[in-house]
Amino acid sequence: MTKKTIKINFDTGWDLAPAPESTSHIQLNEQYELFIGGKWVKPSSGKYFPTINPATEEKIAMVAEANEKDVDKAVKAARKAYTEVWSKMPASERAKYIYRIARLIQEKAREFAVIESMDGGKPIRESRDVDVPLAAAHFFYYAGWADKLDYAFPNRKPQSLGVAGQITPWNFPLLMAAWKIAPALATGNTVVLKPAETTSLTALKLAEIIQEAGLPDGVVNIITGAGETGAAIVNHNDIDKIAFTGSTGVGKIIQNAVAGTNKKVTLELGGKAANIIFEDAVLDQAVEGIINGIYFNQGHVCCAGSRLFVEESVYDIVLRKLKDRMESLIVGNPLDKNTDIGAINSKEQLTTINNYLKIGKSEGAEMYQSNCVVPKKGYWCKPTLFTNVSQSNRIVQEEIFGPVLAIQTFRTVAEVIEKANNTPFGLSAGVWTDKGSKLFNLSSQLKAGIIWGNTFNKFDPTSPFGGYKESGFGREGGLHGLKPYLKF
Amino acid sequence: MSRLEILKTYKIYIGGKFPRTESGRFYTPKNGTTPLGNICLSSRKDFRNAVVAARGAFDGWSGATAYNRSQVLYRIAEMLEGRKAQFMDELMQQGSTKGAAEKEVHASIDRIIYYAGWCDKYTQLFSAVNPVATSHFNFTVPEPTGVVSVFAPEENSLIGLISTIIPVIASGNTCVVLASENKPLCAITFAEVINSSDVPGGVINILTGTRKELHSHMASHMDVNALFYTGNDKKEILEIKKLAVDNLKRVVVKDFVTIYSAEHDSPYYIEDFVEMKTTWHPIEKIGAAGSGY
Repeated sequence: MTKKTIKINFDTGWDLAPAPESTSHIQLNEQYELFIGGKWVKPSSGKYFPTINPATEEKIAMVAEANEKDVDKAVKAARKAYTEVWSKMPASERAKYIYRIARLIQEKAREFAVIESMDGGKPIRESRDVDVPLAAAHFFYYAGWADKLDYAFPNRKPQSLGVAGQITPWNFPLLMAAWKIAPALATGNTVVLKPAETTSLTALKLAEIIQEAGLPDGVVNIITGAGETGAAIVNHNDIDKIAFTGSTGVGKIIQNAVAGTNKKVTLELGGKAANIIFEDAVLDQAVEGIINGIYFNQGHVCCAGSRLFVEESVYDIVLRKLKDRMESLIVGNPLDKNTDIGAINSKEQLTTINNYLKIGKSEGAEMYQSNCVVPKKGYWCKPTLFTNVSQSNRIVQEEIFGPVLAIQTFRTVAEVIEKANNTPFGLSAGVWTDKGSKLFNLSSQLKAGIIWGNTFNKFDPTSPFGGYKESGFGREGGLHGLKPYLKF
Repeated sequence: MSRLEILKTYKIYIGGKFPRTESGRFYTPKNGTTPLGNICLSSRKDFRNAVVAARGAFDGWSGATAYNRSQVLYRIAEMLEGRKAQFMDELMQQGSTKGAAEKEVHASIDRIIYYAGWCDKYTQLFSAVNPVATSHFNFTVPEPTGVVSVFAPEENSLIGLISTIIPVIASGNTCVVLASENKPLCAITFAEVINSSDVPGGVINILTGTRKELHSHMASHMDVNALFYTGNDKKEILEIKKLAVDNLKRVVVKDFVTIYSAEHDSPYYIEDFVEMKTTWHPIEKIGAAGSGY
């Protein structure tokens, strides 16, 4: 019997004209200093490093490299601001400052979106519609909590911790800064934040907003640098709280480093989410969910749906639809409003992803990539999927952090639950079915902090985010996101 | 002629059974100079067996209804109430005065009742429905973390044991607990209470032995999800925290000195051993702007 193949022809004979977002209205310096104690100060090492546009490989600006001395300066500024100003201020006043930040981000939304896409490579559609509005919403949400903490934790006398050291990743630079700073400020802490070294710019622009908002000097300090700068924050004696989002490997190093201290820690680490498609799902929606799950932000998402489980009876049709849909994805200039998949964040990350593609093939999996043409310059990876993979393959077990999907099939509910949970991670999972009771069965049995039922990769400031098992601990977002910044 | 007394053999409790330690070893804790008995000196292998039992019991116990767990906990208290005299005897053998022993047993029973009441309530306390700005229904609920290693307090061997085990299992976790090293009698007798209280085998596993030998295994085992340490041995705490990093166990350290105070009656001990799960689902709003999917 020959297999039925229904190939959808997307070729209309019409090509989308380029629709690039203008960069004329953004303001960037050629060189950025460290934001410490409300002022821009030069790094004591005198060193700067370039931040690169991954879509063009061109330098955008130079960024200061903070060393131990600079970290110490920033922590001292944060401590001073905490003891002298921020902890004494009425909570309702604190709230008003945070509201200001939210409003200023909204006012400058387009500038932030463009810079985010230039610096990190993500499509402007995502930075404009997801990253920036959610960042503003996060500040807006937590601002309101500042003077209501006693209602969140009745009879527990919530108190701030002091100085929070915060380290953010490169996949959602501004949004992660918002996730970190907003709850810390609302709960009365002061902050030393270090953005990832490949994507420092929007955090530095946020520092400008913080200045513009008139926040007391030293309440928020933003210092740039790579791993060593982060280590200096983690190991600083006068920090009360470490909040880290990044890889599970680094998370463990941090946890080990603070073991002998009283520092409180929140870790948001890696993931290898199962996205489970049942035969009774609305398949076209499920295919959209798969695409969004793994190709959103080039797959640079800790909660990406990187393991797809398809019920065997619909495997052929889902795979067909998925490949068709992949063909329609536009890969290219992040600033083009039609772009679906932008540039890989850095050369280093592209090497990591390409290495996994090799591993996948050498382990016997079958690789499929869409037929798109990628630009010559810049760092690109075509949307990729692997079939014929097994549970023990490295591309199934390890976090790739790229647009790479590994597809497996299943026959029974028990089997897919077993397979989905068979990972050290536990950040998120997706379930697609039209049957409510099945959905609730799965959602209660999957060991993950976020379950998306008939949807995927949705975020909201009111919705707690964080993992089970080796995906970390503590929650960010919602009422639950306040607790990691408080003592009782 | 006076009757010859039957001496009790104290054994460990794994998976609802009372084996001797696989190592065949024993130790003899004393009250002053009086030996308390030949107590199993549990080994790493015993601990590993206990983890297998605890993992095996997890799905059933965490999947039981909250009402059911609540009643099972209540049943533990009922059984303990009926055996007060035996526990008081053992506490006195271990050096308590009669008054102190009675106080400890009463407080232990009351504390179980307290937590029995939380089983079907803590979820409402820690849950949330989150008003997201898209067309989704979104809610957050606590779920048990998994298998928990418990280091019961060295002093107050009965109420210490109760205060560490009961909040851990109230939410559906299962545990492997290392009893007080020098005062282990009540722990084993408590296992007999559990065994006749409808607590499924494997939910609570009780080992006797030394922290010195077992603490590193309890902290490093890759199928243990969380760790409840009581005490203040700084060196041991540091070691445990570092070993726990490998699979990111949730580590809770408490110095249980004020064991009788009301602060130990608290749902926050339950909260220490749960994970928050957030679920999203689209709401179809016909005619409204924006797709929920």
